[in-house]
Amino acid sequence: MSPSPASSPVYNTPNYLNAEKGVRSWLTTLDHKRIGVIYLVLTLTGFFLGGVFALLLRLELLTPGPTIMDAMTYNRMFTLHGVIMIFLFMIPAIPGIFGNFFLPLMIGAQDVAFPRINLLSVYLYLLGAAIAVWGMIHGGTDTGWTFYTPYSTTTVTTVAPVLLGAFILGMGSIVTGLNFIVTIHTLRAPGVTWMRLPLFAWAMYATSVIQVLATPVLGMTLLLVAVERVFGFGIFDPARGGDPVLFQHLFWFYSHPAVYIMILPAMGIVSEVVQTFARKNMFGYKAVAFSSLGIAFVGFFVWGHHLFTSGQSTFASGVFGVLSMFVGLFTAIKVFNWTATMYQGAIQVSASFVYFLGFLYFLVFGGLTGIALSTVSLDVHWQDTYFVVAHFHFIMVGGTIMSFLAGLHYWWPKMFGRMYSERWALAASVLVILGFNATFIPQFLLGNMGMPRRYYSYPQQFQSLNVASTAGATLLAFGFGIILTYLIASLVKGRAAGPNPWRSRGYEWNTPSPPGVENFPGTPVYDHGPHEYHEPVAGEVTRAH
Amino acid sequence: MHTEAAAQGRLAHHFPDMKTQEHAARMGMWLFLSTEILLFAVLFTAYGLYRFLFPLGFEEASKLAHVTMGATNTVVLITSSLTVALAIHHARKGENRKVVGLLAITIAFGALFMVLKGFEYYHHFQDGQLPGRFYHYAGVTGPGVSMYFTVYFLMTGLHGLHVLIGMGLLTWVAVRAARGHFGPGYSTPVELSGLYWHLIDLIWIFLFPLLYLV
Repeated sequence: MSPSPASSPVYNTPNYLNAEKGVRSWLTTLDHKRIGVIYLVLTLTGFFLGGVFALLLRLELLTPGPTIMDAMTYNRMFTLHGVIMIFLFMIPAIPGIFGNFFLPLMIGAQDVAFPRINLLSVYLYLLGAAIAVWGMIHGGTDTGWTFYTPYSTTTVTTVAPVLLGAFILGMGSIVTGLNFIVTIHTLRAPGVTWMRLPLFAWAMYATSVIQVLATPVLGMTLLLVAVERVFGFGIFDPARGGDPVLFQHLFWFYSHPAVYIMILPAMGIVSEVVQTFARKNMFGYKAVAFSSLGIAFVGFFVWGHHLFTSGQSTFASGVFGVLSMFVGLFTAIKVFNWTATMYQGAIQVSASFVYFLGFLYFLVFGGLTGIALSTVSLDVHWQDTYFVVAHFHFIMVGGTIMSFLAGLHYWWPKMFGRMYSERWALAASVLVILGFNATFIPQFLLGNMGMPRRYYSYPQQFQSLNVASTAGATLLAFGFGIILTYLIASLVKGRAAGPNPWRSRGYEWNTPSPPGVENFPGTPVYDHGPHEYHEPVAGEVTRAH
Repeated sequence: MHTEAAAQGRLAHHFPDMKTQEHAARMGMWLFLSTEILLFAVLFTAYGLYRFLFPLGFEEASKLAHVTMGATNTVVLITSSLTVALAIHHARKGENRKVVGLLAITIAFGALFMVLKGFEYYHHFQDGQLPGRFYHYAGVTGPGVSMYFTVYFLMTGLHGLHVLIGMGLLTWVAVRAARGHFGPGYSTPVELSGLYWHLIDLIWIFLFPLLYLV
């Protein structure tokens, strides 16, 4: 798990990676940085699995009719793809990896508030992931990741273990969020006022609020479905007076805010990246910080836009539609501020920065289609078509994964003390962005032509666009393969990064790379905000204990 | 404050002082309690919806609830909230003996609650007043009656589970009090498990009128 070459000059200084040795020291670690690295390994494993299933789905859709699997296998595959990507990667990845690793560094703390609960979250993740994946593969769950009743309560496949797994994963997510909120409130170093809080920390704060307040609702709802399956109490079963639409309401009360659990941390990462690589502090810092809270708040009142065609009243649909557009408003505030930050900046084009640009484009494109989808009359046409699939993949993959990659490239030198090949990174970033466009733009067109989601087969006239989409997915997979290769290579033979290879003024660069166990030599004291590029390089304003 | 004997050696390395550490613990507990409320909120929502859909069925079925035992349990839990509050008061003064006694009373009240609840369940089982398809009580039938018992058993069952967890938590705190752990500088575990116990009490205060009275 840990990169080892101790002889290299990078690892001569004591740091969190070489402080203790052996698997046991990793399994029982309370160090937030090591827990971040563990999450990196675990969530990337999830991403790999989910990606393999995505490729199998795209392969099946290469031709009309059965290509490599039958309808039932296809249903199981998209369930595996959805559940794994959502619960094992999108939700835990950025908070688990970068939140754990960098949040304490960004606020000048030695650790998160509750290190043992932090370790507990890792084990909840492992346990939940094991139960869910085992349940899906062994029981062949075919409900999709949304577990809609009454199908999920009547299907012949096994569903209860997946529900239990998702419940446990949710508990892990809750304690992570809880930990971060308390950490930000209580452990900011002297001088790190709320208005100097790095924007990634603001984004993590908003995310954590959603994790804490929304996840219990999902947990209980999934447990109810499990109870329904095991005992047949009839709580969501129309045959016994139950209301399946109640499930949809409860499910989306979590699962819509959950998409902001996925995108808000991404917005936080790019806020850091754009400031560093444009060498300017954020244009409209407060607007960006508060719009994160705005999204978190409004996000709780838009779930009904998933129920436009579920018999919800027209009035309710209208209200939910309008409220949904407010998310677009807050997102637009961020987009304008990121763009304005680049204006007259001294831009340094790096792989991170390219991913930031990709993120901006995908977010605007995906966001605008989201506004279109929140318009009730248009949504009725697009409901359950590939248009919806393309829309949320633009935000989830185009937005969150671009930002994840931006953060991974930006912070990799800090996490492991070594540089990767920038040339390969740039090449891969272009490939990934092209591959992504090729995968999902055809899906917008297909959806608009009426191709429904979640079918393993389609009419002949849809084939050329489906072939384009599959080709794009292959390109995307190839790009991820390159990234994985040069990142692993950098662990072995990358040159030493030094404490601050990007000359960033972010607080987290105020440490050696990789950081020592105690993060800072003493308690840092700040007299200016992060990313103030007229100030001297960060790292010179610490005082000893 | 943090130089008090009881606080010695309890400061984790990443906190600047005891006060901040306790503030963090309290804030964490409140956030956790908010997740508990949201957990129950799902069931309250289900209750509201099905009561709205089946007003008559719920009215008839709720007459089958054992109001006397429910009311006794309400008194029992509210009294236990008082004893746990007194335990916190004495923990702050370092009177660990009294803390042990008061927590023992609280745990006993919790056990009494569970026993009475058990009798109620027993009667419902005997009479076939059970959730969903298991309902076979001939006295009251009609749409929504079995749904009332689905909601009833889910809500009181989840609440009962919390009472058991709370009793476990208080036992652990009582053992620590018996070892003399608490004093003016350090009483956080008593306070936080007390908060948890109050929440259990509070949820019951909502469950009782909704399920037994209205």
